[in-house]
Amino acid sequence: MDNIAISVKKFSHYFGETQTLKNINIEVYKNEILSIIGPAGSGKSTFLRALNRLNDLVPDSRVEGSIEIDGEDIYKPETSVVELRRKLGMVFATPVPLPRSTLENVAFGARMAGVRNKEKLNEIVVSSLKQVSLWEEVKDRLDSSALKLSGGQQQRLCIARILALKPDFILLDEPCSGLDPISTMKIEDSLRQLKKKYTIILVTNNTKQAARIAERTAFFLSGEMIELRPTEKLFTTPADQRTNDYISGRFG
Amino acid sequence: MLNLRFLTANPKDMGKSGGIFSTIIGTIALTVMAILIATPLGVGTAIYLTEYTRENKVTRIIRFGSECLAGIPSIIFGLFGFILFVTKLKFGWSILSGSLTLAFMILPTIIRTSEEAIKSVPRSYREVSYSLGSTKWQMVTRVVLPSAIPGIVTGIILSVGRSIGETAAVIFTAGSALRIPTSLFSSSRTMAVHFYILAREGISMANAFGTAAVLVIAILIINLVTYQMMHKFIKRYS
Repeated sequence: MDNIAISVKKFSHYFGETQTLKNINIEVYKNEILSIIGPAGSGKSTFLRALNRLNDLVPDSRVEGSIEIDGEDIYKPETSVVELRRKLGMVFATPVPLPRSTLENVAFGARMAGVRNKEKLNEIVVSSLKQVSLWEEVKDRLDSSALKLSGGQQQRLCIARILALKPDFILLDEPCSGLDPISTMKIEDSLRQLKKKYTIILVTNNTKQAARIAERTAFFLSGEMIELRPTEKLFTTPADQRTNDYISGRFG
Repeated sequence: MLNLRFLTANPKDMGKSGGIFSTIIGTIALTVMAILIATPLGVGTAIYLTEYTRENKVTRIIRFGSECLAGIPSIIFGLFGFILFVTKLKFGWSILSGSLTLAFMILPTIIRTSEEAIKSVPRSYREVSYSLGSTKWQMVTRVVLPSAIPGIVTGIILSVGRSIGETAAVIFTAGSALRIPTSLFSSSRTMAVHFYILAREGISMANAFGTAAVLVIAILIINLVTYQMMHKFIKRYS
């Protein structure tokens, strides 16, 4: 099928002796929001980090099976990890602005990619900030430290910083876990807009958030993917008892 | 005692009269050279230890070695430098021998403080840097080092202080010539050595304490200026 963007086949992941992901099979479609829910320690974040190979940073990290992105196996030895990470922008649970100005934060990825031209950098920064509706709020203080922005603004800045990379995918790891409802709403609005251009994978602890914005939702438990269905179906008629237990709040 | 003439005139009659200009130049030359040699080596070692290798036998040996170096009295460095640089490598009593010896002496401090500073940069900065498509080198040079600069600079300032005040390691390696040094191979006397010789041989107590005062004030000024500069830098990066 043409609209499969990521295809994960029989994928397992280990940290040393501990198996953190067990035989995962998922297909992610282009321009969808796929959310992943599950209790803490279920492997959601590890899965996300397997997609941009951020797990590689941890010694003793080992994988089996394959992940294909646009038909290319990303765990092939000749894969450029740097290119891969530019293609799959990642937003972390706590916003981590780098200790520099707002402008430099957004321009960081482009600078690393070798863009030197000031006008071009500015253009990238402005359009990225506009896409997350942050431009109006920060346009007068682009040169002051990004650490001075509010939590919600910082997280949108982190999304803008990724958009500046011109990625194909946006990976979000519980992006709203530390934010108030209004900031959360703003981020969700942005994500709905961004879906038109990007494929989004959203890991979330908040089942309601998944229900609000995701087309399809996967439920992870102890490193296994229990089920993956259109969000509405997963929440109304879960196929697996464990999913039902989780969404009805019986554990997790 | 402390007037412009004292600072700008060269010593006369073995330092009995005249100023201390040549010893000021000697001190600056030795210290700057020592820092220039030790900083890249020390910061490089710290980067290697923290970013490029995992805890293993080699890193333990490097750390242990550097800690041992830190505990060695400076006179031993002086003798070592005398044998290796002055006689074996035939650099003679010179700025080069002296600064190489000083560099070895301050290396442990620079390694240690840089390592601590680099370690204290949050892991999340590294992850963010990688996730934004930077290479390891870019991550180290654009994110980790700028955040670690205050700590690294602290180590360098400590080392500058030690180098300026050092006598034992310098007297055997840079010698005690009173002329203004003209090349890396000139012998030179530092302010601390000058003070030691004047006082020890009872040449002129007034000039000895004048030199000491200049030394102390110089260290104070260096500290103030570097901290000022550092604050400006920190402001830019936060």
